[in-house]
Amino acid sequence: MKNTVETDVIQINGLCKRFGSNKVLDHFDLNLQRGENLVVLGKSGSGKSVLIKCIIGLIQPEHGKIKVLGKNVLNLNQVELDEIRVKVAFLFQSNALYDSMTVRENLEFPLRRHSFQLTPDEVNAMVIEALQNVGLEHTIDMMPAELSGGMRKRIALARTLILKPEIILYDEPTTGLDPITSLEIIALINKIREKYQTSSMIISHDMKCVKLVADRIAMLIDGKCYAIGTYDALSASTDEKVRQFFN
Amino acid sequence: MLKLPQNIKDFLTETGELSSFAYRFFREGFKPRYEVREFIHQCFVIGYKSLPLVGLTAFIIGLVLTMQLRPSMVKYGVEVQIPAMVGVAIMREIGPIVTALIFAGKIGSSIGAELGSMKVTEQIDAMEVSGTNPFKYLVVTRTLAATLMLPLLVTYSDAISLFGSYLGVNLYEPLTFKLFFKKVIDNLVYIDVIPAFIKTFFFGFAVGIIGCYKGYFSSKGTEGVGHSANSSVVVSSVVIFILDLIAVQVADLFQ
Repeated sequence: MKNTVETDVIQINGLCKRFGSNKVLDHFDLNLQRGENLVVLGKSGSGKSVLIKCIIGLIQPEHGKIKVLGKNVLNLNQVELDEIRVKVAFLFQSNALYDSMTVRENLEFPLRRHSFQLTPDEVNAMVIEALQNVGLEHTIDMMPAELSGGMRKRIALARTLILKPEIILYDEPTTGLDPITSLEIIALINKIREKYQTSSMIISHDMKCVKLVADRIAMLIDGKCYAIGTYDALSASTDEKVRQFFN
Repeated sequence: MLKLPQNIKDFLTETGELSSFAYRFFREGFKPRYEVREFIHQCFVIGYKSLPLVGLTAFIIGLVLTMQLRPSMVKYGVEVQIPAMVGVAIMREIGPIVTALIFAGKIGSSIGAELGSMKVTEQIDAMEVSGTNPFKYLVVTRTLAATLMLPLLVTYSDAISLFGSYLGVNLYEPLTFKLFFKKVIDNLVYIDVIPAFIKTFFFGFAVGIIGCYKGYFSSKGTEGVGHSANSSVVVSSVVIFILDLIAVQVADLFQ
């Protein structure tokens, strides 16, 4: 049997974060294994987004340890953190496309900023490939404001893919989308995992999405990892707090 | 123990935070990596795109000032001094202060709204995870561009105002541009021009850093963005007047 610590791409131990008197994460423990889709499920405001923002270094926790690809992100300097951020992509809930840039410039931005030595042709090929992955090559010269909600989400997904990350953190990828577009995004998440062998942590409370993408589900309740398991195992649970998500 | 009213506490807190934000500008702004491309883009947006508005208002001010002055000057038989008087008024005070206030309205609100919108839609966070220091990319470039572009805009505005004044004089009596310009220049001394020019750098810095501060710490969704834009203009306008008052006192020491 493989050593689980070796196969973990993210290990979180004893993570604590509070905002004022509100304890959002309270000695939270979790691990993400290589190649898996792990869904973090919890109520709105339970701290799911805070958790993944701590992983990527956007929010500093008070206590705990977050190891990403073997490095404790809380001890890294800016250069080391930027190196980790090349390997860990983040899909924002609001998509976070730059309003003042075209789709092409949005996709080129991470490539230009991470100081890769790429020729214009290489950059162009990477942008086209990322757009092909989400089926939106024709939008390359459009502005984000000209796109529908679903298209913006797919462009944001293309931007997260452009650096070929090992890990993708999805912050509520289907929130605010109609059921058909949600299914398209879910299919894309699964396709990306198959094509690039990425490991994903997906924040969601959309149970349809959870059922279709999750290898494992971690339940964030009262700041702790309350339960963890497959969809089938958790949906069969008799625990009241767990059951309320599956009813 | 003396308890301060809440609004005074809030004012002092915000002043402290703004000072710390400005200190961060000096601490981070001059270290690599330099965002030259974005800085040039911001100079274009902040400086070049303000030319029509600044030019129009400067022209009207020069013209109106001359027309308003004329009756009083005629009454005392000194209408020949109009170019000299308008020249001093525009170069010393009206040009810098009016241009700075218009700049605060146009650029301060635009920076506050743009950064505020980027903040609430997580674009600033997205920038950070893309290996970019958003403070350098957004704040340093905009503040530096505002600091360097306002003095140029004020110079341009002074010239347009004087041209408006020249047309104002010519509405009543013919006067050559050469003679008008000579009368303006003959009555100007360095102390009229240099302190007025120097203070515009401070005005530009204030508009840039306050707009960025308000936008960068925007919250509460779209309502917060509106508040950021609005308060950027209000606070920078007040700060411009305070800086002007200080500049006059300092300039007086060299009279």
